Amino acid sequence: MLSYLIQNTFNALQWGSFYSMIALGYCLVYGVLRLINFAHGDIFMTSCYIAFFVVTGITAHIAGISGPALFALTLIITMALTALLGVGMERIAYRPLREKGANRLYVVITALMLGFILENGNLALLGASSRRFPDILPKIIWKLGPVTVTNLKVLVIASSIVVFAFLQFIVQRTVLGMSMRAISYDKFAIPLMGIPVNAVITFTFILGSALAAVAGILFGLSYQVMDPYMGMIIGWKAFIAAVVGGIGDIKGAFLGGFMLGFIEIFVTAFFPSSYKDLVSFVILLVILTVKPTGFFGVARSTKI
Amino acid sequence: MYITAGIPATVCRIRPGGQGNIIGGAFMTNLKKKLLVPGITAAVMLIAVLLACFGIINDYIQTIIMTVCINIIMASSLNIVNGYMGEFSCGHAGFMAVGAYVSSVLSLILFCPDNSITHYALLPPELSVLLFPLIILAGGLASMLASLIVAIPSFKTRDDYLAIITIAANYIITTALNNIPAVGASRGLMGMTGITDAMSAIVPIPWVFLWSMIFAALTILMIHRLMSSTLGKGISAIRYDEISAEIMSVDTNNMKLIAFTFSSGLAGIAGGLFAHELGFINPASFGILKSTESLVMVYLGGMGSLSGSVLSATVFTCLLEIMRPLQIFKWVIIPLMLILIMQFRPEGLMGARELTSVFPKLRKIFPDRVLEQKPRKLAAGGVK
Repeated sequence: MLSYLIQNTFNALQWGSFYSMIALGYCLVYGVLRLINFAHGDIFMTSCYIAFFVVTGITAHIAGISGPALFALTLIITMALTALLGVGMERIAYRPLREKGANRLYVVITALMLGFILENGNLALLGASSRRFPDILPKIIWKLGPVTVTNLKVLVIASSIVVFAFLQFIVQRTVLGMSMRAISYDKFAIPLMGIPVNAVITFTFILGSALAAVAGILFGLSYQVMDPYMGMIIGWKAFIAAVVGGIGDIKGAFLGGFMLGFIEIFVTAFFPSSYKDLVSFVILLVILTVKPTGFFGVARSTKI
Repeated sequence: MYITAGIPATVCRIRPGGQGNIIGGAFMTNLKKKLLVPGITAAVMLIAVLLACFGIINDYIQTIIMTVCINIIMASSLNIVNGYMGEFSCGHAGFMAVGAYVSSVLSLILFCPDNSITHYALLPPELSVLLFPLIILAGGLASMLASLIVAIPSFKTRDDYLAIITIAANYIITTALNNIPAVGASRGLMGMTGITDAMSAIVPIPWVFLWSMIFAALTILMIHRLMSSTLGKGISAIRYDEISAEIMSVDTNNMKLIAFTFSSGLAGIAGGLFAHELGFINPASFGILKSTESLVMVYLGGMGSLSGSVLSATVFTCLLEIMRPLQIFKWVIIPLMLILIMQFRPEGLMGARELTSVFPKLRKIFPDRVLEQKPRKLAAGGVK
């Protein structure tokens, strides 16, 4: 029983890591722009596909490349390409709306539609057959008594923590992070202080999309299956995790992701798996009803 | 930006010309005017049903018209919350699911002899014609109850957090339905055509087609009446500024409750019609995608414009039908179009305006209800 619990704790940590990494991307963009970037889940999906094509491309051209080298190369190229995608979306769709001073909801709808384009464009171009992500890292299994841990699981959990620490450092300790926080504090006064708002926002999108790329590659490695709609469900749920943590707060998004991971894995461990969504969403609803701003969110004061 | 709608509109629409029409008009012309729109609507429905009976409108066109009607109900009811009240609800399809399931189960156990729940019909088929609208309304009522899971948190929670609650509500409803074996779980529920067959056996006209049109017309009428009443003004006051509205003695919690329950009730009616149009429902057809479709229609038409919602529901449904041969590319082109609309006409087709303000002549047929108010006389000196 105990080993079952520990085994599931590891699974939950792995599953929660994905939610956390995606939730952090939502949180970054939301924290700066007050924009729910609904396309973020689909950026994650696209990054998984990009990684797939990068891996097949590299293995076709460079024969006999070692696993870790292939992984590192894929990671860098995928992060760059995904960041390009995110920035492109920002430049083409969000920035013009922002400069027109459009209502916040219109930007949200645009994000939603961009997500649809990514999903269905993928389906239209690549077809409905689901692809299998290649194993690029050699698999190592550690047995700790009855509990088995793979190197991939450790890699996923470790990278989510590293990513969190990195973001926390950037947002709290660097000038760039300070200007990000400043923009979310007052969008109109900040340009007057000589802060290049658009550059900072572009940087935010680069960070967020690169994060999604990390999650995308690791997801492909961990679960192998890819399909065009996988980003939608994970994206919505990661967003929910970010909100439960208190959206706009990096610590909140990180912990919220893990919380959702734990709820889902442990519900599946003890109940039929079809109850997974039901239980996690009911818990979410209760949390938001009792504490409307999430665990770490701070209620914004409203001016009359 | 929103100054043209809502409370300020009360002031700008009371014009001497408009007043003269009503005060100066004889009683008979007033009555005629009142009967004109219902008369035309009834005539159109009658003609449509007759054409359908004689096979001039084939089943395909009928299905499209039914879908348009259902989408009109969905879009204009979502517009109450997302447009007039200014919240961001993205779980409208969940309430549609509740209505669809409740009315399907009712019609199955009452009128379908070989259903999967009771295996015999409780009532004689002769009653089906009378009870069909009541069954649909019962679905609406159930959705109203279900909407409390969103309405009650909305008292304290706002904005993005409320949006999450609505998404969660949608997921909760569909996954709950997925876990109830009595209603078929994920396989879905079918056989609702039993009640339509029973009705056609008595009077051979396309009943669901007729009722879709009637419910769509009633929805438009009800929303129009609601939004031009004091209650409706209270709902749109929340959009402008909730705190100020509360200071001005608007009971915001009550308004939110009314807006959410009314809007979901209408969605439930749409769900009931949808179930009886197709004869088959499953939880997957009421997912977040369906909710997004309604959202698209609302924002395409313009937030806070009833005629905009009606127009966009019609345009959107027809567009989907026209693009059917494109298959999956349809879902690339439609979002792309919407993005372009957001870029170049972010307020949607109509903005917050109604058709009557674009074509003022239409006021003769559709008088603004605001005009019927007695002009208020300002006290000497007035308020400065």
